[in-house]
Amino acid sequence: MENPKEREEKQASMSQKSTDDTGAPEAADVEMPDVLETNSTGSSDYVELWVDLFLGKKGHEYFCDVDTDYMTDRFNLINLQKTVIKFTQVIQYMVDELDDSTLEAMSRTKLNQLESDARKLYGLIHARYIITIKGLQKMLQKYRDADFGRCPRVHCNFQPLLPVGLHDVPGIDCVKLYCPSCEDLYIPKSSRHSGIDGAYFGTSFPGMFLQAFPEVVPKHPTKRYVPKVFGFELHKQAQLARWQELQRLKLEGELQHKGVDLTKNGGYKK
Amino acid sequence: MSFMEEVSDVSESSNYDEWISSFCSRFGHEFFCQVPTDFIEDDFNLTGLSQEIPHYRRALDLILDLVSLSDEEEESMGGDATRTAALTSNGGTDQNNGNGRRTPPTNQDGQTVNKSIIEHCAEQLYGLIHARYILTKQGLQAMAEKFDHKEFGTCPRYYCGGMQLLPCGLSDTVGKNTVRLYCASCQDLYLPHSSRHLCLEGAFWGTSFPGVFLKHFKELEDYVEQKNKNVYRLRIFGFALAKESISGPRMEWLRQYPSTEAEWEEFVKCEYEILKLKDLE
Repeated sequence: MENPKEREEKQASMSQKSTDDTGAPEAADVEMPDVLETNSTGSSDYVELWVDLFLGKKGHEYFCDVDTDYMTDRFNLINLQKTVIKFTQVIQYMVDELDDSTLEAMSRTKLNQLESDARKLYGLIHARYIITIKGLQKMLQKYRDADFGRCPRVHCNFQPLLPVGLHDVPGIDCVKLYCPSCEDLYIPKSSRHSGIDGAYFGTSFPGMFLQAFPEVVPKHPTKRYVPKVFGFELHKQAQLARWQELQRLKLEGELQHKGVDLTKNGGYKK
Repeated sequence: MSFMEEVSDVSESSNYDEWISSFCSRFGHEFFCQVPTDFIEDDFNLTGLSQEIPHYRRALDLILDLVSLSDEEEESMGGDATRTAALTSNGGTDQNNGNGRRTPPTNQDGQTVNKSIIEHCAEQLYGLIHARYILTKQGLQAMAEKFDHKEFGTCPRYYCGGMQLLPCGLSDTVGKNTVRLYCASCQDLYLPHSSRHLCLEGAFWGTSFPGVFLKHFKELEDYVEQKNKNVYRLRIFGFALAKESISGPRMEWLRQYPSTEAEWEEFVKCEYEILKLKDLE
């Protein structure tokens, strides 16, 4: 499956892998089904699937596991063929169906190329997968566990965030985090997350997610902070805050006029 | 430099270490600037602090390095404390010890005061002095230098483009809130990025600091005004969500700035109070 050195490295990373995000909740149970699965493919005696290794890597906490069925269904991969060279081989590699002999025959650089292609392709498939019903469910669990971090804004009160890309094309911008509470965009706290390509999550994910699970939409905080000097608000900032509050009241009035219930999810905190 | 190293360094006491600089260089104390000793020595600057901090005089002596550590150890071992106290006493504003002769450092129960308690009091006292100092011209300058070096971190909001933050307290009394960070660009308040700053006392920077800083360095406000005011709108496959939808845009006002003429008119009318909605129609 992989060259031995890389395998060692991965196993080392696996051994320190915590329960965080492999999609399999208990790390202790990870090995059992894996053994069964690899046996059923019958191609190797390696324990770990490529996907599990990928998810176990440090910095890959934002990703959820994409079903093998989803990855192998050609319909789901329409228009992805041109993103990597040797598309079929990469897919086979990702679902652990590539022959050992083929892998052994590959040079070091080719293997590295294969690995990075697989990562890229996985990301792009991931972006599609997480807006399907199954994918949304998996992301809901991760959202509930606050795997994407929490909003740093004081008035958002530790609201869990959602990952979002600003472009659907890879290689343009990194992943950002969307706060459903203040509806703003934040940069991931940790540098190992801020380097992930935004296209691996896609531009539509938070919207789809909140449409699919309206019950997780929080009430929006209306509290503001205005800088004060010895208890007196700074005039300019306070004036702007007043004007912004006016805009909010206008919106609230408009929505109430349309019969939107603002006491429930998506309304304002009083 | 870790805290532990620091402590062992000090207790060896062979190399003399200034309390203020060692406090400020401690891990997690990156937000503090060094208050010059002449500011602390001026009793006028410390008005009222003696009531707030227990063991005020001893804490102050510790900050100003007037108590050498060997003496301190003697005291804690029950040695002749009166001598040290008499040496360091200079008839200050301390109420308890203001009557000529210094009493040994004891609390009500007559027990010798623990060294670590004094250390803790000194930290609190320094924090409160720090909150006052950073509002002075010198202090603002020192903080501006830290601001320029992004020592308080940068705004996590994407559209602020890495704007430097300013530390800020939500209360001026100790023990109420931890430190928060104010972004002048989005005019919002954030939690410190790093967990080691999450437990810092907010009163050590005070509620007025960001305001005074903004007013002192006018160019900062001008700079912020010229920044582009991008806002994020949630989209699904390129389509914006309807206002009526539960997940629809409800917080646009938070980052909104007047842009049209009508909005500027409204803004002007908001000078002293929020307009009544009825007045608009």
